Amino acid sequence: MYESARYLPVGDKALLVEFGNAIDITINLKVLALCDAVSRAKPLGVEECIPTYRSLLIYYDPWKVKYEQLVLQIKGIEQRLDELVSQMKRRTAVVPTAYGGGYGPDLPYVAEYNHLTEEEVIRIHSEKEYAVYMIGFIAGFPYLEQVADEIATPRLKTPRLNVPAGSVGIAEKQTGIYPMESPGGWRLIGRTPLKLFDPSWPQPALLRPGDRVKFKPISEKEFEAIKNAVLRNTYSPVIKEE
Amino acid sequence: MSGVRLFRVIKPGLFTTVQDLGRRGLQRYGVPVSGGMDAFSMIAANLLVLNQSGDACLEITLLGPELEVLNDTQIAITGADLSPTLNGQSAPMWRTLSVSKGDIISFGEIQAGCRAYFAVAGGINVPVVLGSRSTFVRGGFGGFEGRPLKTGDVIEASEPPSPFKVELSMPEELIPHYENKLTVNVVLGPQADVFTDRGVETFLSSTYTVTIEADRMGYRLEGPVIEHKVSPSIISDAIPPGAVQVPGDGLPIIMMVDAQTTGGYAKIAVVTTPDLSRLGQAKPNDAVRFSRISLSQARLRLLEYQRTLSLMETRILQG
Repeated sequence: MYESARYLPVGDKALLVEFGNAIDITINLKVLALCDAVSRAKPLGVEECIPTYRSLLIYYDPWKVKYEQLVLQIKGIEQRLDELVSQMKRRTAVVPTAYGGGYGPDLPYVAEYNHLTEEEVIRIHSEKEYAVYMIGFIAGFPYLEQVADEIATPRLKTPRLNVPAGSVGIAEKQTGIYPMESPGGWRLIGRTPLKLFDPSWPQPALLRPGDRVKFKPISEKEFEAIKNAVLRNTYSPVIKEE
Repeated sequence: MSGVRLFRVIKPGLFTTVQDLGRRGLQRYGVPVSGGMDAFSMIAANLLVLNQSGDACLEITLLGPELEVLNDTQIAITGADLSPTLNGQSAPMWRTLSVSKGDIISFGEIQAGCRAYFAVAGGINVPVVLGSRSTFVRGGFGGFEGRPLKTGDVIEASEPPSPFKVELSMPEELIPHYENKLTVNVVLGPQADVFTDRGVETFLSSTYTVTIEADRMGYRLEGPVIEHKVSPSIISDAIPPGAVQVPGDGLPIIMMVDAQTTGGYAKIAVVTTPDLSRLGQAKPNDAVRFSRISLSQARLRLLEYQRTLSLMETRILQG
């Protein structure tokens, strides 16, 4: 973590506030706290904030505020950041996941690669809570905290052309959920029936940066039941507020 | 949809989508801005039919569609010169055009530029998704069911055409000219320090060529290799449209309006807003050079550009 944040211009209408050069929850929480504070305070000219692992990108309107003025205002908020971090409310989202079989065709490989049984991989993957560091890459995709070393597995040599929506994968120490069908090279160990992204929702992504994700192993039968409820819009995902 | 049926798509063209000024405030959920690649020309098209600058238009890429007019209305075509025709006769661009039921609008050879904008009085009526009518094809939403136009689609306007016909045109000196060589201004950073001094020098002094891999997500360029100090990777952070990423092969990629919102390649520079609009008219084999300007110069140019946009409206209405 840097002693104080770095402020960098990005093009002609954005400011990057960088808190460090590592994937680290302490750094990420500062980013998220600043994002919250700026979104709430709405300093003149600020249009949009994008939080990522270790930096916040702030779009502004140069008609309304100069870069230098904006930096001063954000530095003012930065002074109170530790307090803001301590006040942050975080949610925990339960992601029901059917592991193995057709849902997670790479589960046997992940087990074999790590000299574990499939059950052990499922247990290790689902017992940890993963912080959502950021949402990006494709709409609704959560960048999650790393998995335990025991189940880290390299990517496929040749990516699949079509990974089904909801697939849960591992790539090295990363784990993630594909929000929509797309090509991808992650090792697929399971699939959730939840919808992670829906453009008809006012807030289109199920997960938010700062949330924690807990995978909950479910059977094929439960998968189909939840899937049907999701399709009928009668399923409420379990998201616990702090 | 309860709009006024205006056009039937006979041929969709290569890649024709509905676009407006794009989505705001959703990049934090991974939703790109989208919207017209050449916002300047799109706004001009709207103003020429007395629309709001943010009304939805067609963005037409290289090979244009063929449209049958179902009801009398007024249109305007701006941006790339793709040889538009009305009933087989050359149709003027950058001015209001009245069309009647039964007319056929078509396009021919590419004369200059890459993307034409087609505005219709009242704006194109498709559902608003996440605050915008823009099509985001990779996400499968916006515009016509999240896809480019296809044969048989019927384009509707949000409002019935006004009984008053207007005859507006873009002042000659405001009409852009598209060449096959383009120099765009950039502000260096935010990760210019990932590159060697020689790498930055190569980037700023070389001519790059737009490759065939150039679409609404980004343009891959070909040319001299830009040297990194150690690794091209950074911890993934936000990618604004206009960012110039340089992955491990040392060849720059300009990220455009449909680009992924975050990524892990170092960004050597970011193209300024007015020049990003001009880049929307670059096509494969065009030459691109990058010219460094300071943040304060960039700000002045952006203010000047925004002044031009607001003047454009006054000038068009004054005739």
